[in-house]
Formats: sequence, structure tokens, C-alpha cells
Amino acid sequence: MVDGMRIGLDIGSTTIKCVAMDEEGKLLYQSYERHFSQITQKTAQLLSQVRERFPQEQTAKLTISGSAGMGMADSCGIPFVQEVYATRVAAKKLIPDGDVIIELGGEDAKILFLSGSMEVRMNGSCAGGTGAFIDQMATLLGVSADEMNTLAQEHEKIYTIASRCGVFAKSDIQPLLNQGAKKSDVAASIFYAVVNQTIAGLAQGREITGKVIYLGGPLTFLPQLRVSFDKTLHTTGVCPENSLYYVAMGAAFCASEEIDLAAALERLQQYHTQGRYATMPPLFHNQQEYEEFCARHNRDVAVTADPETYEGPAYIGIDAGSTTLKAAVIDPQGRLLTSVYQSNNGNPVPLVRQFLLDFYHRYPKITLKGGTVTGYGEDIIRNAFGVDYGVVETVAHFTAAKKFLPQVDFIIDIGGQDIKCFKIRSGAIDNIFLNEACSSGCGSFLQTFANALGYSIADFAKLGLFADHPVDLGSRCTVFMNSSVKQAQKDGASIENISAGLSISVVKNALYKVIRCANAQQLGEHIVVQGGTFLNDAVLRAFEQELGVDVVRPDIAGLMGAYGAALYALEKGADSTTMLGLEDLEHFTHEVRAVACGGCSNNCQLTVNTFSGGRRFISGNRCERPVTKKAQDDSENIYQYKLELLRSYQPIKGSRGKLGLPMGLNMYELLPFWYAFFTRLGFEVVHSPASNRELYLSGQSSIPSDTVCFPAKLMHGHVEALIHEGVHTIFYPCMSYNLDEGLGDNHYNCPVVAYYPEVIAANMPDIGKVNFITDYVGIHRRKDFPKKIHEILCRYFGDIPLRDVKAAADEAYESYDAYFVRVRAREKEIVDRARKEGRPIIVLAGRPYHVDPEINHGIDKLIAGFNVAVISEDSVSCNVQKFPTGVLNQWTYHSRLYAAARYIATQPDMNLVQLVSFGCGVDAITTDEVREILEAEGKIYTQIKIDEITNLGAVKIRLRSLFAATGLE
Amino acid sequence: MAKLVYDEKGRLLFTKEMKEEYTILIPMMAPIHFGIIKTVFDNSGYNVVLLQNNGHSVVEEGLKYVHNDTCYPALLVIGQMMDALHSGKYDLHKTALLISQTGGGCRASNYIHLLRKALKKAGLDYIPVVSINLSGMEKNPGFKLTLPMIRKMIAGLVYGDLLMLLSNQTRPYEIHKGETDALVAHWVEKLAGQFKIGKGYGRAEQKKYLDSIAQAFAAIPVDRSKPKVRVGVVGEIYVKYASLGNNNLEAFLAEQDCEVMVPGLMGFMLFKVDNRLEDIKLYGGNAVKYAAVKTFMDYLTSMETTLIEAVKKVPGFVVPSPYSHVKKLVKGVIGYGCKMGEGWLLTGEMMELAEQGYGNIVCTQPFGCLPNHIVGKGMIRRITSIFPDANIVPIDYDPSATRVNQENRIKLMLSVAKERLAEKSGEPQPAGV
Repeated sequence: MVDGMRIGLDIGSTTIKCVAMDEEGKLLYQSYERHFSQITQKTAQLLSQVRERFPQEQTAKLTISGSAGMGMADSCGIPFVQEVYATRVAAKKLIPDGDVIIELGGEDAKILFLSGSMEVRMNGSCAGGTGAFIDQMATLLGVSADEMNTLAQEHEKIYTIASRCGVFAKSDIQPLLNQGAKKSDVAASIFYAVVNQTIAGLAQGREITGKVIYLGGPLTFLPQLRVSFDKTLHTTGVCPENSLYYVAMGAAFCASEEIDLAAALERLQQYHTQGRYATMPPLFHNQQEYEEFCARHNRDVAVTADPETYEGPAYIGIDAGSTTLKAAVIDPQGRLLTSVYQSNNGNPVPLVRQFLLDFYHRYPKITLKGGTVTGYGEDIIRNAFGVDYGVVETVAHFTAAKKFLPQVDFIIDIGGQDIKCFKIRSGAIDNIFLNEACSSGCGSFLQTFANALGYSIADFAKLGLFADHPVDLGSRCTVFMNSSVKQAQKDGASIENISAGLSISVVKNALYKVIRCANAQQLGEHIVVQGGTFLNDAVLRAFEQELGVDVVRPDIAGLMGAYGAALYALEKGADSTTMLGLEDLEHFTHEVRAVACGGCSNNCQLTVNTFSGGRRFISGNRCERPVTKKAQDDSENIYQYKLELLRSYQPIKGSRGKLGLPMGLNMYELLPFWYAFFTRLGFEVVHSPASNRELYLSGQSSIPSDTVCFPAKLMHGHVEALIHEGVHTIFYPCMSYNLDEGLGDNHYNCPVVAYYPEVIAANMPDIGKVNFITDYVGIHRRKDFPKKIHEILCRYFGDIPLRDVKAAADEAYESYDAYFVRVRAREKEIVDRARKEGRPIIVLAGRPYHVDPEINHGIDKLIAGFNVAVISEDSVSCNVQKFPTGVLNQWTYHSRLYAAARYIATQPDMNLVQLVSFGCGVDAITTDEVREILEAEGKIYTQIKIDEITNLGAVKIRLRSLFAATGLE
Repeated sequence: MAKLVYDEKGRLLFTKEMKEEYTILIPMMAPIHFGIIKTVFDNSGYNVVLLQNNGHSVVEEGLKYVHNDTCYPALLVIGQMMDALHSGKYDLHKTALLISQTGGGCRASNYIHLLRKALKKAGLDYIPVVSINLSGMEKNPGFKLTLPMIRKMIAGLVYGDLLMLLSNQTRPYEIHKGETDALVAHWVEKLAGQFKIGKGYGRAEQKKYLDSIAQAFAAIPVDRSKPKVRVGVVGEIYVKYASLGNNNLEAFLAEQDCEVMVPGLMGFMLFKVDNRLEDIKLYGGNAVKYAAVKTFMDYLTSMETTLIEAVKKVPGFVVPSPYSHVKKLVKGVIGYGCKMGEGWLLTGEMMELAEQGYGNIVCTQPFGCLPNHIVGKGMIRRITSIFPDANIVPIDYDPSATRVNQENRIKLMLSVAKERLAEKSGEPQPAGV
């Protein structure tokens, strides 16, 4: 007999933990198991094990905890306790002197502040998982989580990896791997990303000090993760005994109600969830439907030829994708000779070498005449093997699709990492849709999910074919899908229905999130679907069902990029290839080195690949300097000109002392205004330094909302920098209104720009040390402004004569106007020169603060690097009169976007690329409108989403596709 | 059949003939308030339907026709309308839509345009959309807010606020289950009847009715001996009130044995009007305009006072603070110029709730709501430094945010709340939630 036995169950997103203890709290039993979403069965099973172990106990104090256990506990009449709360109860009992608990679980991250005023924090719905995230990253590296830990021990350098969301991190890691970064460095970088995410997302300005306790699976099993936390927090945390069981133990401690175990077990076994989850119609009602479907699709096959008997010339196409490597060899008739499709395990180089070696050995009578490479790994593969041509993926896919359906007018490709869709108009790529970083990862998401449930992706997708009630999982990013799945599991959805639901989600994501289509007619009549993901019949069926049309899926759907690349080489019709021959391949070497570029203040982390024969490939660079050893010519890039111009507002010593302006958001444009104003009043006007990663990190702990846009987050670092420099007065006014430029119905700032000073004032711990002026100021009322600002200034600086303020205001408005005169004059010079030299012009449209290189990630330079002139929206918006728009045109900055779009629609040599900061709610409105204005005039709309970190690889695809579509590539 | 007439900018107008022939669909938000306000339209010769459709198809239609990154309320409001239009219940050539427009600097001012885009996408751009606003935007020949209508609507808001306030404080303690809701239904019906015959909104009459309502609620037998966790709900106006937007938050909190306090709509009205005065004070402006707005402000304030007075007359209820008090509370916390969306009022409501004993707060917001970065999440730190007992949980709502995640976070807040409640009443530690 056990006196007063207590049982605690912790039902998490991936595992179930169970403990039994006696009245004193002594652990008698514990178990930790994955539940593979068989939650009720597993719970019942665990409880029976406890029963067998302690057969005398008829009753026990039993409590359930954990997010996945909530509904079940209610229905079975078992008490429930929230898991963070349970952790706290356990910690209070077992480690009374603990100060902070950091607990990472399968999908949750939590910080509990125990000492001082007690606070508990959980990750927001957007922050993504942690344990699941690490698993996902390990899959990406082709290792287990434990191996990743071992790898991390040997790291030499840390890469910056986006820490806000798992999907983001993934799109940072993928290019790193493809460019040859060392796995050990990447593994360690992933751990640091987790640390940053936890601290930035959860601590929110509260310092983590004192005795830190690490709990949960990842922190228990991965010592290197603990090391990363220790180093970042400058502390040595403890991972206590039973660190996996704190929630379960907390639940047991909380238990107060005697539960009849036999009865509880019976209720559990009988607990059949009522299928309350939202469902959709099944994919196939019966076998016959499925067979008809298969028969129809089996017609779309690629013509092949036998490589064993074929003799003569051939062309190779290589598609070095994000997660897979594809290669295809064709004869001059375009018949497929041989191909390969395999996971790239994070490094495509040895795979290509092996493929080529095998090919040369096996088919000595076939002569390669030319090759093309496409995909994320295009540059490295091209350099490594001397491949003749490189082509942007979209063009490769289009080339292949034409072979199957010459009149194709819409192509959708769902690959491992991304969705690419494009419309074809008059034989050219017309409109491109790529998924934004947030909703990406479709194919590989299916894969990770399948693996987590113990299936291969093909088997997993098949499960869903005949599911009776597919779960409706929504059409958002994968993190949301994770929690939707969790919810469905909780509601008792079967694996079959979850599988079908995931397939449908992938399709809905593509249609409604990426393409944003409302009906099928909008897409086109002749649709080709491709990419490995469509090889799953469930996904294909979901697509046809959702659109209500029949589409063409080539049997080589996964190979289309490579096949198209091969066709591209064939079209080029070269006589001989520059590719490495058999001998060179046999002596092929590949070395990877990580170095920091010292070329400029960006200090890019470079990865230098050296191949046999001395060929080199450098990646990680944002400009051409490390490659060409020359500075880029910035004379035709208005973004660089603006930066230079802003640097010219140098502080002038004044009698009233220093006044600091944080350089972010609207201050980017108002610097000339406030600089002139305060300089005239006798202040020495200083501004915060140029943004960089360190500056951002120095302020990130006081960001209260993790979903606000990056430019706003960066503001914390700027104010921090000013305080750090010893500036005692910081001027950062709130401004509901901007200046009225006569382009819209009103002239607001967006809420974030307008009121961010309030957030800084309320959340930055050091702000009390300085005179932080955030008063509401209206520069839009030219006449009232001097009087109003005079009142404000007198409050802070004693009596300043109104006369002086008036004179200063005059200078401020003049200075602001003069700034624009100069910007527009330079714009004219750039356009004139580009036109004279016949070079295309891109209007890189965004907001004034997108000039910040830390925000635009050097995209302006990247575009200029294509030998293109770069101008901005505010330099052309003045060329247009106010015109009616389909939306309420009420923000000054955004009015410029519409005006710019309207203007360039009349300029044949100009195209518009819109920069959109992730999380910018206003741009959800502007992007559609800008697109409509452009498309009405037959122009292509290109959007680039940017955040804390941006995948420049995807940006390049967009730009190159745009250039290809406009006939410039 | 009514002819389609467009204005010079190409906007489809709601004509006088349409007023005769058309059915106007109104999206649902706060059921008590909207139920009463609907009758104002009935009484003024409009044929209106207050939409009740909810559930999955609403979200689906929203996702289909509205940019998915737009705020969730836009998606739901427009989704609800599109779902209704596609339901087959209405003759689409004799249907119009009505939507409110605030004209503020937040995305919400664009709902009407997003709705028109959605109609166009669905090939339904022959359906007129009527804007209801107090700023004189988008006039229509067949639709005019007359002064009596405005007065009735404001009266409706006051009634709605009172019914909501009293029922929320009664329902959790009522001895006979269902009595409170029955009383609410009774009054909504009774007031609707009065409005229909042009009565019930005169100053004296309204005072009388407000008093009777308060007395009627005070007469419901209750048992308040066992204290319940008191939870305040604030947030973006739509997800705060609409159960469609907040996954039935109030019902969930009731299930968790809480008493819920939701600040009323009058505060929001006062706030929006007051913003115009603050704008003039901060940036300068026309004195005549100021005086005119001030008159309206004073009128609204007097209405608010009658409401508060009515509650004061009966025992046992927490009396809501006047707008002026909430405004005083935020002084030094956030500026009066912060006006977009719910602006400083949201911060003020959290402080007022904490002051009134409803310091356990769910701050609801659509995922990525711009003003809420500032006035919601952005101010929690400052609020808790003033009210250390404030126990605030911000919850994001969007089409795919799952209930399980939301409820889990709310439960965490409730765990702490219950523990504190137990400490206060000297009970041993609770067994969880």
C-alpha cells in the first residue's frame, strides 16, 4: 500500500509523461513516451501500467496537465491543471531558491520568473515550436538531434539565423547548407537561434538573473543547448534531476481529488472523441473514383530513350533545389535518357559529382554537349563543375512545362521548401507568385510531419486518399498548422483524416495565401502542376477538387526543373561543354572555409568554397566586393544616395547641449526637418548610429510585441544606442499625421509609426535615465506648428522665445523641402543616364526607412548589381496628380506607392519592385492595390517580403524572373 | 427594379428606389446592442437584416475574398456578408450591404473598400454598399442618418451597455439558471417595440426605463456568497464583442466559473468624438468646429451619466467609471493623441478594470493588429507597474489560431487568478483549474 498516492500526467504535443508519487512527494514511478498522436490510447495504456505496478491502489489523487490533455480531461471527469502553473508548483516545492525557469517543450517555450513579482510567459502563437523546431532542423541536416548536439560541440563560428519563427530559420539554414557552410557551425547556430528566440520572445525586457533552471526535453537531452543559454545569459543554469517531469510532478502535487482509478480508466477507454473538429469532403469516395483519376493522369508521361543503347550527343540539366537534388539527361529530341532525384542532405556538391562519375562510367558512348544548372545551389554547382549555363528556376520550369502542354498558361510548382506559381502570357512568364517566408515549407512540412508520426511522406499522403472526414487545418503558415493538428488530435481525428487535411492545407496555402485566387478561371485554362509534392495523389486530388478543374501532372513532376534546364541547354545548341570531364571529377576536391569579410561595415559572414583547379565560390556576401575586390558603383542607386545625403547632417555644437534623434521609422525622412529645427535653436543634434545586428540585439529584450514589424523593433536598439552614448535628451515625437502631399484622402502615419515612441517609453528600462520627449506633434499644420511646439519645448527647456521657434520652424520646412529637391534631382540624373545607356530602371518602392541597409538587407545593391538603375517611390510620386484608388488612400507614405505605380505604368523602361516588411498590416492593403494599378497597365508586379533576416536567394529568383519576363535576362 | 446609379468617382449609389425595394444586410458584432439598433432602421423605413450566420463557412468565404494578411475582423465581417450573399436566401439584385466606417488611421477604415473588392472578385459588384459613419464620408441619396435616428441609436447603445453590464454581473450568481438571459431578451424586445413606435429614447423616458432595467436585474435572486474570479475583457472592438471573432470567449470564461466584465460601447463613442477635440488641442484648429463637437460630446456625456446614475440606484453592482475618469487614469501613461483604433482608451480600460477589481484581463486582438502593438501589448508592462496585481494575458485571434492554444493561455492566467483569489479568501491552494 502506498499512502495517499498521487498521479500526474503531462500530455504534451508529442509526448506523454506520467509520474506516481507517495504522500511525501517521493517519486515511485515515472515514464516518458512519444504518443504519435494516439493520445487517449496512450494515456489509458500508461494508466493501466501504473495500475499493474500498484495493484492495491483502488484510488489515487490524479490530475492531468498539458495542452493536448485539456479536452480529454474535461470529458473524462479528471481534474486538469494548466502546465505552466503545474511547473511552478513543482519548482516551488523542489527548488525553492530558483529564480527563473526556462522550459522548452515539443512546441512551447516558457519562462517563469519565480522570485520578485511572479510572472509566467508562454510563447505567442507565432513564435513557433522549439523541440519540434530542433527536430525539424535536425532532419534538414540529415542527423538526429543527439548528433546535432555532438556536431555543435565542434563549431568554429556562429551564423545569424532568424530566431522569430521556425519557418524563417529554415529558409536561412537551407541556403547556408547549399552554399557549403559546415554542419557543425550550422548546428551550433541553430541552438543560438533557439536561445535568441526564447529570450527575445519571452523575457520582454525583464532580466534573466539569479538561479536559472532548465526544464523540458530539449534542454535535458541537448547539453549544447544549455551551454548556448549559459553563454548568452552569462550564467550557469542547472538542469535538475527529473527535469522532464516537472509538469507531471506539478500536476501530481496539485491533485487533491481522490479518483477511482478503475472507473477513470474505463472512462478513458470509452472516450471516443465526437469528431467535433471542422471537416471537409473526402478526396475520393471510392476505389473506382481513384482508378479513373489515376488513369487520366497516367497519360502525361515524358518520352524516354534507353541510355544503354543510345549513342551520341546529350544535354544535362541539374536542379539543385533546397532539399533535393535533381538531374536529367536528354538526347537532342528531348527524350529523357536518365535522371536522379534525391535528398541533398544539406550538400549537393558530392551528389552531383557522384552522378556525373556514374554517368561517364556507365554510358561512355553518350557525349555531353552542354549543361544547365538551376535552383538554390545554382552558383555553387556552376562554379564547382564548370556547368555551361545557369538559368532561373521559373524559366526552367516553364521550359519543361511547355513540352507537356504547349499552350500552358499557368504553372504551379510545390517543392520541398517553396511554392512557385506563374502565369504565362504570350509565351512569356508574366506574373510570378512565390510564397513568403511565413507560409513556406510546404513539401518538407508534410515530410517532417510524416516522419514525426513514423511514416514516409508517400505512405503518409496515401493514408489520406480514402479518409472519410478530412480535418480542416486552415491555410496559414506551418507553425499554425502544427497547432491546428494538435487541436485535431485532441478532438480525436484519425491519422487518415489528418493526412488528408494536411494535403488539402498545402493546396489551400498555395491557392489562397500565395496566389490569392478566388476562382479557378482566374488562374488559366491550361494548368501544369509540378514539383515533388504533387507526386502525392492526395495533394493532386485536393488541388483539382479545390479548383474544380483537371490539370496536367507530368510523371516526372519532381524532375521538371532539371528537365527544363536540360532543354534549355539543348536550345542553346552548344557544340562542346565546359563541364568537368571524367578525370577532373576523379581528382575533384572541395574545401570550405568560413571568414568574415572586412570589405565594409556590413562584415558579411562569408563562406569560401575552394574546388580543385583553384576555382572558388564565395557566398554570404551582400555585394560583389569580396568577389571582384572592387567597391560597387553606387552612382545609379538612389538608396545609396539617400544614405549619403542623410550622413551629411552633421552635429554642430550649440549652447543648449546635445539632443539625440533615433534613426528609424519616420525619422529617416524627417531628419532634415528636425536637424534644421533644433540646430537653429542651438542644440547639437546627434543621431543614433547606423543600424547593425548588434544594435538590434542590444534593444531586442524590451520589445513587447513579437509580431510588430522589424523596422519598429529596430527602434529599441537605436534609442538604447543614444542612451549608451550618454545623450541626455532624446527627441522622438508621436505623430498621428504626416505632411499632406496632396496625393491621398488623408495624410496619416500608420499606427506603428505614429505611436511607437509610446512603446519605447513604456518598455525600455533605461528610459527613465534620460529626458525622453514623445509629445504629440503636428507638422502638417504649418501655421499652428510653431506655437504648439513652442509650448512643448518650454515645458522641457524653460523659456525659449517664440520668435526663435518660428524662425527655426521656417528653416525646418525649408530643409525638408531642400532634401526632396536634391533626391528628385538625383533621380532625374539617374533616369536620364540609364535611358541614354539603354539600361532598365527599377523603382524600388517601400517606405523611407527601407533605406536602412539593416532593413533592406542590401537588396538595392543586389538590384543595382544586375546593371540596373535603382530609384525610389518618393522620387517619382510627385510626377502624378491625385487619382481615385480602389482603397481608402489615407496614409502619406502609402499614397506615394500608388502614385509611383501609376507613374511607372506609363514608363516602358521602368518596373516596380515593392519592399514589404513582414508584419506590416497596412501593406496587406497596399500590395493588392499596387498590383492592381500595375496590372491594369500590363505591368508585372513584384513583391519582396523582408524581415529581421531575409533569404536573398529567394529575392534573386524573383528579380531574375522579373528580368527574364521583361526580356532583360 | 431600381436602376444602378454611380457617382462621379464610379461608386455605386444606394438610391431612393433601393430604399423601397432592397434588403440591407448588417454584419453582427455586439448582439444586445445591435439587436436594439436594428429596430431604428426598421422604424425609419429601411428593410434590414442583422446577419446571424456564423461558423466555418464565414471564415472560408473571408479567406477566399479578403487578403489573408488583413486583420481578422475584416475577414469575418466581409466573410459573413459574402456567406450570406451566397446562401441563396436573398435576391441579390435587391440586396444592399451596410458597413461602418470610422475614418481613423487604422486599417479598419478600409473595410468598406475591401468589401467592394470582394464583391468585384465574386462578380457581385452590382450590390451597393452603404457606409455608416459620423464623418460625412460617402453619401447616398437613399440613405441618410437623420438626427432622430442618431439619437435613437445612441439611446440604443446606452440601453445595450446597461443590459450587458448588469447581465454580466448577475448571470454567474443567479439562483435560477437562465433568468438573467430571459430578462435581457425581455428588455431587448420591449425596447425594440418602443423604438418601433418612436418611443423610448426621449431623455425622461429613457431615464425611467434605465431605472426599471436596473431594478429588474437587482430583483433577480442571486447567491454571491462564494467569490468568483473576476475577468475583464478588452481589445479591438470587433473581437472584443463578437463571439464569432473571439471563439466564444465569454462562454468559455463562464464555463470556467468566472464573472466577466466587458466595458461598454459608449466609452468607445465618447472616445471617438473626444479625439476630434484632442486633435484641435494638440495641433490647432477651428474654434467653431471645436464648439460644435464639444456640444455633441456633452450630449453623449449626459447620456453616460444617466446610465451610471441608474446603476448607482440599485445595490450590489459595480458601477462603471465615467469616461472622464478613465481618461484621467491614463494621464502620464499614454498620450491623448494616441487615437487610432481603440487608442489610449484600451489602455485606460485595462487600468479601470484593474482599479475596479477586474485585474485579471484578457486583452483580445486580431493577429498583427497595428494599434494593439502600442496600446495593448505595448502598455502591459507599464500597467503592471502601476497595478502590480494586474494579471493580463494578450490573446491573438485569426483564422487559424487554434482554440486549444488560446484557451491554454487563458487558463494560465486563470490559474494565477484563482490562486490569488484563494489567498485573499484564506482558502488552501486550489486544485487547479
